Amino acid sequence: MEKKKENKKISRKALNQFLTCVSDYKTPSILAALLVAIEVVFDVFIPIVMSQILNVGMREGATEFTFCLEMAGTSTPVFTLYDRTTFIVVCGAVMVVMALLALVCGMLSGKFAAQAATGFGMNIRRTLFDKIEQFSFANLDHYNTASIVTRLTTDVNNIQFAYMMIVRTMVRSPFMLVMALTMAILIQPTLSIAFAIALPILALGIGVGVTIVFPRFEKMLKKYDHLNEATQENLVGIRAVKAFVRADYEIDRFKKVSAAAQKLQISAEKIIITAFPLMNILVYACIIAIVWLGGNNIIAGKMAVGDLSAFLNFVMQIMMSLMMIAIIFINIVMCRASMQRIGEIFDEVIDITDKEDALDITPADGSIDFDNVDFSYSNNPDVLNLENIDLHIKSGETIGIIGGTGSAKTTLVQLIPRLYDTFDGEVKVGGVNVKDYKLDNLRNSIGMVLQKNVLFSGTIRENLLWGNPDATEEEIIHATKVAQAHDFIMSFPDGYETELGQGGVNVSGGQKQRLTIARALLKHPKIMILDDSTSAVDTATDASIRAGLKEEFGDTTVIIIAQRIASVEEADRIIIMNNGRIDAIGSHEELLASNPVYQDIYNSQKGGDIDG
Amino acid sequence: MAKKMKNMEKDMRKGGKRIVAKSPMKALKRVLTYLKPYKARLAVALACLIGHVFTSVGGTFLLSVVVDQYILPLAYKAGVITAATYAARAAVVTTTDFAIMVGIMAAVYVCGALMHYLYNYSVTYITTKVLQNVRDSLFVKMQSLPIKYFDTHTHGELMSLFTNDTDTLRELLSGALPNIISQSMTVIGIFVMMMVISPVLTLCIIVMIVVGMVVTKYIAGKSGKHFVRQQKEVGALNGFVEEHIEGLKVVKVFCHETQEIKDFADRNSALGFASRKAHTYANVLMPIMGNLGYVNYALTAVVGTIMATTGFLGMTWGGLVSFLQYSRQFNAPISQMAQQVNGIMMALAGAERIFDLLDQEEESDEGYVTLVNAREDEEGNIIECAEYTGIWAWKHYHKADDTTTYVKWQGEVEFENVTFGYVPEKTVLKNVYMEAKPGQKIALVGSTGAGKTTITNLINRFYDVTEGKIRYDNINITKIKKDDLRHSMAMVLQDTHLFTGTVRDNIRFGKLDATDEEVENAAKLANAHYFISHLPEGYDTMLSGDGANLSQGQRQLLAIARAAVANPPVLILDEATSSIDTHTEKLISEGMDKLMQGRTVFIIAHRLSTVRNADMILVLEHGEIIERGNHEELLQLKGRYHQLYTGAIELD
Repeated sequence: MEKKKENKKISRKALNQFLTCVSDYKTPSILAALLVAIEVVFDVFIPIVMSQILNVGMREGATEFTFCLEMAGTSTPVFTLYDRTTFIVVCGAVMVVMALLALVCGMLSGKFAAQAATGFGMNIRRTLFDKIEQFSFANLDHYNTASIVTRLTTDVNNIQFAYMMIVRTMVRSPFMLVMALTMAILIQPTLSIAFAIALPILALGIGVGVTIVFPRFEKMLKKYDHLNEATQENLVGIRAVKAFVRADYEIDRFKKVSAAAQKLQISAEKIIITAFPLMNILVYACIIAIVWLGGNNIIAGKMAVGDLSAFLNFVMQIMMSLMMIAIIFINIVMCRASMQRIGEIFDEVIDITDKEDALDITPADGSIDFDNVDFSYSNNPDVLNLENIDLHIKSGETIGIIGGTGSAKTTLVQLIPRLYDTFDGEVKVGGVNVKDYKLDNLRNSIGMVLQKNVLFSGTIRENLLWGNPDATEEEIIHATKVAQAHDFIMSFPDGYETELGQGGVNVSGGQKQRLTIARALLKHPKIMILDDSTSAVDTATDASIRAGLKEEFGDTTVIIIAQRIASVEEADRIIIMNNGRIDAIGSHEELLASNPVYQDIYNSQKGGDIDG
Repeated sequence: MAKKMKNMEKDMRKGGKRIVAKSPMKALKRVLTYLKPYKARLAVALACLIGHVFTSVGGTFLLSVVVDQYILPLAYKAGVITAATYAARAAVVTTTDFAIMVGIMAAVYVCGALMHYLYNYSVTYITTKVLQNVRDSLFVKMQSLPIKYFDTHTHGELMSLFTNDTDTLRELLSGALPNIISQSMTVIGIFVMMMVISPVLTLCIIVMIVVGMVVTKYIAGKSGKHFVRQQKEVGALNGFVEEHIEGLKVVKVFCHETQEIKDFADRNSALGFASRKAHTYANVLMPIMGNLGYVNYALTAVVGTIMATTGFLGMTWGGLVSFLQYSRQFNAPISQMAQQVNGIMMALAGAERIFDLLDQEEESDEGYVTLVNAREDEEGNIIECAEYTGIWAWKHYHKADDTTTYVKWQGEVEFENVTFGYVPEKTVLKNVYMEAKPGQKIALVGSTGAGKTTITNLINRFYDVTEGKIRYDNINITKIKKDDLRHSMAMVLQDTHLFTGTVRDNIRFGKLDATDEEVENAAKLANAHYFISHLPEGYDTMLSGDGANLSQGQRQLLAIARAAVANPPVLILDEATSSIDTHTEKLISEGMDKLMQGRTVFIIAHRLSTVRNADMILVLEHGEIIERGNHEELLQLKGRYHQLYTGAIELD
């Protein structure tokens, strides 16, 4: 179940995490920005040199050619040459050198930006993964695998991309804007009036546009999400759709959503469609104003033709930067959603951690005590999943747990290795509250075979070594023999080196269960918990596993959750769970004689005449 | 450019799939056929595009006219400049003419912007509509594909058609295609104007453009290579993350976190390195192109100025000003076009994948026998009627003599020497003979892969038999219309699939016009009523994403309720109660028995207690029925069933 968060802000804490991620790449980030700034300076000066060429070149009959920086009416001579062609060529060379320098700066900036952004992305991924590894079961229940994978890939990519844009364009465009504007004002203050009018309008327009566009885009994206959801559902459930002949019904539903999505997209894009030509009109208006004002200035002898050309260049530069700024805004806004999704994980409070004064000891023995334990997945006293559990298990005992769907069998055993914390009451292992142990110490002494168990890609041996990385060949074979896995492993051509494939697809369900039991046994646990872990194993093998456990792991406490009575009937004691409570505890014979629930289960499985 | 790189990355993410189209022209042609319904708008768009390009190119040319014909002559008149070339013009031109000329320029620009708007609007409208059509037809197609298609393709593959491939198609229609058209027109327009102003200078520019293209090609090649590598690393990381996040609970139980973090870090830095390389190349491209443009600009300025001062080849100052503007404008579209070719090829590859799906063969249906509600009149004749009567009839139309006969529905299913394989090389069912008499409950047991589910796949024609026949009330099922065949049987499948919507909607999926009362009765029958009424909003609780907020057992209960509300003549339960405890299962089975009295039920189960009270139990092994009989008979046989029942062998 995906947690839906109403609060959409990125918390301060998450923001700090992002900052930490980027701090390793401060230097390349700054260098990227700095170099891009230098590039801008060159880019702005090139048109100025250009205007000199035109201005000086046009002056007829002159014998002395002076390169002047004309600013606000005063001109500062830089150098003087006495040949027209030489002057033009020198100016041209200056421009080419400037362009080449700008090119180098731009390339370096691009390189550093790539380094900074991909490094940033890498750090986010690492921080995310580290955090997820700390997740408790309760934390994990908030997310599904697919959504975590998306966060680690697509969302990180979005941020990385936006960051690259930011370090390059975020500096480049505003800087370009300021530089070009300054130069324009310095060259011809009177012409700059055009900017004074156009710029505020443009800025306002962009601001308003972005604020209107964003919610519309969000709405549209959400609709497309629905569309994809519907598709995904239909793909997964195609057999149900076909079996019930519901194709037309589903097509109808899909088409409605798809038409709605199209309308929303038009409504969102309409803003952008209108905005760009409007922006163009403004740019053109500036050009017209400059041509008119500049033209009159030239006629009045107050300005040279070259300046007009330079000025027009500035107009282009200013307007391009404004457009880039608008695009950056859209990008940032787009990546905000990704930041929120990642921030959600950063903000997830890990609810199970080592206490500060946690004991660095391992449990003395395999005894387990539940003292008046209440538990709720939602931490809500009104919705208790376990209620008033008082249970004491001696070290070395074998306990069976049986009960209907949703009776909280799994919930009960998950409290022992502290996969969840109790809501009220205490769980003790080896006489010590589980919260007082270091988690690793506690969990390493408990072998737990989960109901939904997983093997990983790699060889059988690699998977078994999860239980104990230093296990010897002898230990491994011992464990697999007890788990009744050795024989089938040896029947594979590659034996223990057989590759399992992702999720252990190369072995059958029963074989997988036996491998996971062996893996847990390699821990030499003080407590062994088997949560419905032999459901796919035949009863004879099941019995051999139990016998092996008893013989070879005699002082290990064994807890077996099962659907089959046969799996638990030899246990020292059997616990009957019913709706989060212990209904009864006793041996097979006792329960069969006295407990109606147990009798019911027994009868539904065995049925009178035949003995299983 | 930025956007394009992003798309490129997105495409690369698709991993092993072909990145570039097989036959791009064919794909492009077919994409264009989708534009047909929007011919008028397309014409508007094209006209506006041409107009827009024309005004933006022409606007710059007007600039040279303004300078040469108005500003400079007026300046001459005012005595600011002395070049005799302007004397003639100066004699006729006035400031008012200058103002009018500027006014014309303004008008041209406004027209351009207006056309730009119209063009954008038309393109967006057409694109979104075309994509809506593509999505809809993909979805419709998907619904009509045979189950086989879904069994041989991953969901990811199909989903990516709806997301990635339609996305790139959108980019193609709204971005790349119109851009290429407008850019090539701009380039041509500018080229013509430049040639008009000065062929010599134009030659200068062309040389530089060629240099730029060579550089682009080199860098784009490098960058592409690294993007492919990055893609591989993304794939490796994704695989790792998927597997290890899925197994995170196991990681926790084994305190394996440190090792996991280390393994992840290795893959993470490999990916980081690859994407750094890829982005570095992509990033340097823009500054190179931009600044080469400036070099170009400088050279043009030098040559141009020298030409203008000497009046060489009729070069004027106004012409130079315009030319310089053109040279700045000329560069961008050319380098953009070069980059877009990649994007277009990728988008066409996506389009090809979409078309591949659209060209898939649909589930065929030659059936003509339909199932109708019926009643019997006094003489026992079958009469078709509209309302539910609990009696059904097969409506059989005979083309030969144009008559229609009705056969009362009985619920008899017969397999006659059925042989079947999903692929020709591997037979799954061999010579299966079985017969379900009306009102019987037939159970199928056997290991995974023995062919149990295959039998149900054949009954409702998800697949067709390779050899032999299946008869339903003595009608060969290939003659029955598929929809009617399926309407006549409700299935509860191994994997329960719920849909986004309320609990009520999900149950009602079995019968769209079911009343609330019918829905609740079905839920009660399936023993689901109790847990549903304890949900926060009871029957109106929203289920999200395949009912993820319910336990597997609860989902199965809902799926059973869904089948119960359909109230079908034939019911097929395929491992429908595997996650439900034996006690609840017994209650459900009692309820279902009552509902299905006199109708045919098929049960597939792993758990033998589920099938105990069936009239006929078939034990399947390696696609063959090796034992058949009821529970007692099979136990007495002391064969495979007995072994299974006593737990001597493992069922898997």
